[in-house]
Formats: sequence, C-alpha cells, structure tokens
Amino acid sequence: MSETLLIVLFGIGIGGMLLCLLRAARGPTTADRVVGVDGMVTITTALLVLLGFLLHRRIYLDVSLVYAVLAFVGVLVIARYLERGL
Amino acid sequence: MTAAILGGVLMAVGCLFLLLGGLGIYRFPDVYNRLQAGTKCTTLGAVCTIVGVGVAEPAWIFKAVLIAAFILLTNPISAHALARASRKSGVPLWEGSVVDMAEAPEAGEAVNAADTDGVEEQR
Repeated sequence: MSETLLIVLFGIGIGGMLLCLLRAARGPTTADRVVGVDGMVTITTALLVLLGFLLHRRIYLDVSLVYAVLAFVGVLVIARYLERGL
Repeated sequence: MTAAILGGVLMAVGCLFLLLGGLGIYRFPDVYNRLQAGTKCTTLGAVCTIVGVGVAEPAWIFKAVLIAAFILLTNPISAHALARASRKSGVPLWEGSVVDMAEAPEAGEAVNAADTDGVEEQR
C-alpha cells in the first residue's frame, strides 16, 4: 500500500468531515448541529485508525476505541437533554 | 501482498462512503433525512475502513474488529436517541415528507395494516 494513496484516502475522509462541520455550523436547529457533530465523531474514529496505519503507531487503535466510547456517551447525554432536560 | 491489496480496496470503499455520508449530512433537507443518510453511510464507511486496516496489518485485526463491532452496535442507538429527542422537542418535518407514523399513535395498527394505501392517498 503506497503512502501517497493512503494520504489521498485520508484527504477524502477529511472532506466528509468538513461537510459535517459545515452542517454543524449552519444548521437551523440544535438537532441539526448535533447530527453534524455525530457524523464528525464517527468519521474521526475511522480516520484515527487510518492515521495509525499511516504512521505505523499502534497506540492510535486505543485512542480510537476510547474516543468512540466517550463520544457515544456524549451523544446519548445530549439527546436526553434535548428530550426532557437534565 | 493479497492481504495488502484487499485491505487497500476496503479502505478506499470505506473512505468513499465517509465522504458520501458527509455529503448526505450537508445536503439533505431535514433532521430526519440527515440522520438517515449520515448514520447509515458513516457506519458502513467506518466499519469498512477499520476492517481494511485490520486486514492490511494482520497483527492489529483483533482490536480493529473490536472497534468495528463497537461502532456497529452503538451508532444506531445514538441515532435513534437523537431522532426521538428531536421528534419530541418539536422539530418540524420537511414539507415534502409523505407519511408521518408518529402523528397518530392510537391508530398504529390501522396505519400498519393499510401501509401502502395511506402512502398513496397522501400523495
């Protein structure tokens, strides 16, 4: 797997993340912004693993796993707050 | 060599689906449409990318499959919680939406029985 191709794939993922960030910045309601942030979280989890493969560092797998767990809990808390308050 | 090619193809498909998921989140007209496009596309893209990395680097396959299974389990849960929360907090539907199952909860059986008829009538 050539390194240039991996960097191009990483750039494609970053493009998807920028679109989610644009929706999180522009969204008319709060739920739109939370949807954008949720998409960004999932894309970040995948791109961290890809970055670890690109840099040959195994620690990025652990970082990605912890990030996925914390983001899941965060999104659930925000959804509960939108539904009936804390 | 074969494992590297297979992993590269999986990573390419996954990154393409990540981009398409972001495009869906940006372009769709409604919170519920955005949730549908974003959740399905980014879940498939993330799982494909992570499993592709695990295939290309066989020493990492256990943790990669663990992360992929976690994403596959928890992403629909958070999307469902978000959809229910935005429905209950009164976010309106897009004006082009055809059917709204949550509008009449007491007529749930009738709506389910006459599913296609209801859709045709409202069109």
